[in-house]
Amino acid sequence: MSTDVLAAVAAEPGVPKPNPILVVDDVRRTFGGLVAVDVRHLEVERGTITSLIGPNGAGKTTLFNCLTGFDRPQAGYWAFDGHRLEGRFAYQIPRYGLVRTFQLTKALDRLTVMENMLLASRGNRGERLLGALLRPSWRHTEDAARQRAERLLETFELTRMGHDLAGTLSGGQRKLLEMARALMTEPAAILLDEPMAGVNPRLRQTLCEHIEGLRDGGLTVFLIEHDMDVVMGISDWVVCMAEGNVISEGPPAVVRADPAVVDAYLGSHDGLAPVDERESHEDETS
Amino acid sequence: MDVLNVFLDAIRVAIGPQAAVFALAGVGLNLQFGYAGLLNFGQVAFMLAGAYGASMTVDAGGPLWLGILVGMAAALVVAMLFGLPALRLRADYLAIVTISVGEIIRLLVRSSTLEPVTNGVFGYRDFAAWFYAINPIPAGRYGVGNLAFPARTLWLIVVAWTLVLLASLLVLGLMRSPWGRVVRGIREDEDAVRSLGKNVFMYKLQALALGGLMGALAGSLRAIDSQAVRPDFFLTITTFMIYAAVILGGAGTIIGPTIGAMALWFVISFSEGLLRLGIESGVIEFLDPEDVAAIRFMIVGLALILLVVFRPQGLAGKPEAGLLDEH
Repeated sequence: MSTDVLAAVAAEPGVPKPNPILVVDDVRRTFGGLVAVDVRHLEVERGTITSLIGPNGAGKTTLFNCLTGFDRPQAGYWAFDGHRLEGRFAYQIPRYGLVRTFQLTKALDRLTVMENMLLASRGNRGERLLGALLRPSWRHTEDAARQRAERLLETFELTRMGHDLAGTLSGGQRKLLEMARALMTEPAAILLDEPMAGVNPRLRQTLCEHIEGLRDGGLTVFLIEHDMDVVMGISDWVVCMAEGNVISEGPPAVVRADPAVVDAYLGSHDGLAPVDERESHEDETS
Repeated sequence: MDVLNVFLDAIRVAIGPQAAVFALAGVGLNLQFGYAGLLNFGQVAFMLAGAYGASMTVDAGGPLWLGILVGMAAALVVAMLFGLPALRLRADYLAIVTISVGEIIRLLVRSSTLEPVTNGVFGYRDFAAWFYAINPIPAGRYGVGNLAFPARTLWLIVVAWTLVLLASLLVLGLMRSPWGRVVRGIREDEDAVRSLGKNVFMYKLQALALGGLMGALAGSLRAIDSQAVRPDFFLTITTFMIYAAVILGGAGTIIGPTIGAMALWFVISFSEGLLRLGIESGVIEFLDPEDVAAIRFMIVGLALILLVVFRPQGLAGKPEAGLLDEH
């Protein structure tokens, strides 16, 4: 659906989008001498599935960590839905409608599936220490959260497991739970860090359908993924990073055919391309 | 018959003031460690705050009840000293900070420089007359045989276990609330909770402070029980003993710290009594009476090891809670 919106957008790194929900500028994160992330300009179109690809060590997860307050870049700024988010703490980010998941699934094992969901609800009055003992003061928000949680669990086919401890779920179910739980925060965009990692092929299809369902429901999905079949199948737009830079972006077929992308992947194996990349990068920054 | 007396003695200790003090400090530690996952190795510093708050206030001419409140206020300061530097860091840093700040506080209190303020190594004595003066229980001895308490001890026991009950009910209520859900979530994975929009630092600080208040109350009770306070009552070993009680009973359960404190003191007292009995009656020939104090702690250690191997969730814990830790 949203591919139409992006049809007129040129496939080049840093290209402006018609209606971006996330705009990243000059974000730079270094670890000692290593430049992990150095993104000049990146826009993510609202209501699309945008995939972030790139070889290992390209800085994808570091970029996600910076955007969501889990890491601090040395420089740069970014705006989500018109709100500047640099310098915000990780716990403040979801309030702006931006939520993330993790590469290694973080189910809260010794809480039940339902508790995992309820914990993520917004504005729950019973979460304040003062008043936590006064059930009538928070029953209303708790009931509302429970209703939302029940709807989401049904969507993700986890209703049966509601009372089970999250630690007893299978790997795929934990991915589903993490996604459903993130949606409890009522986000406008969700950042998924390798949603397919450790998920069996049969469930991948289900997960893809869920992700497309989120997009069709109006959510923006920005995801890191290594499975190229998945990326090519569900993405409206693909962004490729290498050595911390955005080296290519465009529709899936265009990015796949981009020589710079091919170089980045192959180069990372035989060690040829990264040398060129690094030299050109140093020219630009010095 | 002697074995029966040893047993009754052990029961007396298990329901006595010492066990209640451990249970109350344990309920606080359990809130921090068992529910919030905070490695607080300085619980004894909260007890010191409670004990010195009470005794110093009385020494300065104030009433004891005010002193207990002063002790709780001091515990909040200790919670800040523990939490502000270390709660933003990984869990193990909190362990290092609490153990060292706790020792620093004790060493400051016992230093000769601060002796004009704290009475140094001598501490305070006989400051709890008010508590025993308001004892409504008529003088006398209550109970049978070795399992009996004088009225003043019974009064302290009633007050102390009532406080343990109230603290346990408070924790129960909190853990059933959304606040408790967030706190338990932090124990499982604080980054996940942070990513869902919760101010993890604030919750950890609240849990640390609340558990510290219970530790301070326990410290006040301990001071009232012995009518004496000295810095060296508050060595780090006490924190570890409270940990032993919490883990024995079941960390992350409501009743665990109470069961654990009772069990701990029962095992300590019963093993000591049996050993002494054995030595006196000549059954045990290879031990000296002065070895007994050390050996009973070895027995506690052995009991803990066996428990961790065969029942990791503790006496009161549910089996699945222990099993889940394995993956």
